[in-house]
Amino acid sequence: MNFCDYSALELAKKIKCGEIKVTDVVTHFIQKAEQDDCNAFITINKESALFRAKEVQRGIDEGRYTSPLAGIPIAIKDNICTKDIPTTCASKMLSDFTPVYNATVIDRLENAGLIVLTKLNMDEFAMGSTGETSFFGAVKNPWDKNKVSGGSSSGAAAAVSSGAALIALGSDTGGSIRQPASYCGVTGFKPTYGTVSRFGLIAYASSLDQIGPIAKNADDCAAITNIIRGIDEKDSTSLETDFVSSDLEVQNLRIAVVSEGFQTGVENAVSDSLLSAVDLLRSIGASVEYIDFPSMKYFIPSYYIIASAEASSNLSRYDGVKYGFRSNEYSTLSDMYADSRSKGFGNEVKKRIMLGTFVLSSGYYDAYYKKALQSKSLITKEFDKVFENFDVIICPTVPNTAPKLGESLSDSLSMYLSDIFTVGANLAGLPAISVPCGFDGDDMPIGMQIIGNRLCDSTVLSVASKFQQISDHHKRRAEVGR
Amino acid sequence: MDVSKEQIEYLAALAKLRFSESEITEISAELLEIIEYFDTLKELDTSGLEPLSHVFPLVNIMREDKVERSFDRDLILKNAPNSGTETFVVPKTVE
Repeated sequence: MNFCDYSALELAKKIKCGEIKVTDVVTHFIQKAEQDDCNAFITINKESALFRAKEVQRGIDEGRYTSPLAGIPIAIKDNICTKDIPTTCASKMLSDFTPVYNATVIDRLENAGLIVLTKLNMDEFAMGSTGETSFFGAVKNPWDKNKVSGGSSSGAAAAVSSGAALIALGSDTGGSIRQPASYCGVTGFKPTYGTVSRFGLIAYASSLDQIGPIAKNADDCAAITNIIRGIDEKDSTSLETDFVSSDLEVQNLRIAVVSEGFQTGVENAVSDSLLSAVDLLRSIGASVEYIDFPSMKYFIPSYYIIASAEASSNLSRYDGVKYGFRSNEYSTLSDMYADSRSKGFGNEVKKRIMLGTFVLSSGYYDAYYKKALQSKSLITKEFDKVFENFDVIICPTVPNTAPKLGESLSDSLSMYLSDIFTVGANLAGLPAISVPCGFDGDDMPIGMQIIGNRLCDSTVLSVASKFQQISDHHKRRAEVGR
Repeated sequence: MDVSKEQIEYLAALAKLRFSESEITEISAELLEIIEYFDTLKELDTSGLEPLSHVFPLVNIMREDKVERSFDRDLILKNAPNSGTETFVVPKTVE
């Protein structure tokens, strides 16, 4: 049996009925991770996972683990704290850091009988859109190893795409789950802000960050979200939410397609795939209308001002005192701070800290940071207005398919602009998913994004699931050896 | 809008970062391009709009002021770059 051919839910059913053993599944994915040539992994938790596999098998046999994903190994983005397993944020600053506690999401996964198997490569401190800012080297796209896998959950998308992992947890601040999912031809879901506890997620921008799943399909994403969601006393922004399902009836669905998704700057293959996907949804009874979204022009400046500002504050904790990289060339305490931080952080991280410091500094705070927060209010109101008349908004996830390695980092601003379709959902706290909807002329995957109203995660997942029942782009696997 | 060398050095001091001369030149140009792009927001009429920090209303979470178990000292010191048996060790700051 080739385990890669199954979704996580399908494989878990086989474990539950005794057709396969947890140890066999875990052993298989250890081998896949060890053989990975996309640089998707930073740590493989081999011994501990094999030990735990036996414990989980006993728990399933004795009826203690009853979750629909019990027995499944999961890969975790390396900015989520895992007790006794190195958690590096793909940075020199934390390359030697091993947490002494689990993130809340990890405890929830383990209580449901899943096994934390690997830690995934990513953009440093989740800052990047290509996977190339990692201290441990870029992650390659399994569809074409000369191309990027996207970011910042680069390893998560690449691993699920190549079959080296069944399911993964990523994080999304401006598109970091959805964009690499789009580039790698897999499904990535960012829940409503507050659905999933951020305790133990190493912070980038606290008002925008959200943990979410990357998997082969929307049903797996829904199952993972149900395990990790829920109010947490350790995260005061977490919410009480309802069970999340991907099988709601979506008849009479009212879809708003964003016209900006077809403008200059969006590759033809992307627009064409989106049109075909929308036609498919129309064929099952959805009504479709094209809308303009005028405030989209202000998404990127608003996002990067707010995210950089919060990052500059969140990353001020890295001072070489209690944890993290400490320089050995300093004379004073102040020297130690500056030297440790300058050597411990990569260029993109330092750039964003400087931007954040600028927009918060005296004389510029009102013109930039306060203005961006006012813009965020305007953007959120515009989304609210659309959802008065529509159930979901559809647009491309990214204006393009994966660029070549080495093309993007020299021009930060262009790289930032490619986040145009994803950051809106973070600014307004909305649930959003990327599903494969086609391929370009070079056989590179294209993603369609479905955005829902706040707390309508089930609607988003159900539309995605329905789309995947009537299409098969998500079933294509990258050819080995490309 | 200008991002001069002095401006970069000021921001770097605030952020506790250090840049070489060539890095200052490079980052100055990069930041200028990005900040000029941020100026797009000037077109937006935001008069009367309250800055929105969180999309849901946030309520302060209170708890009883009870002493509860924290981490053992050796766990807290586990990732320290330099530590004694009981404390983090840092450069002397006060004469």
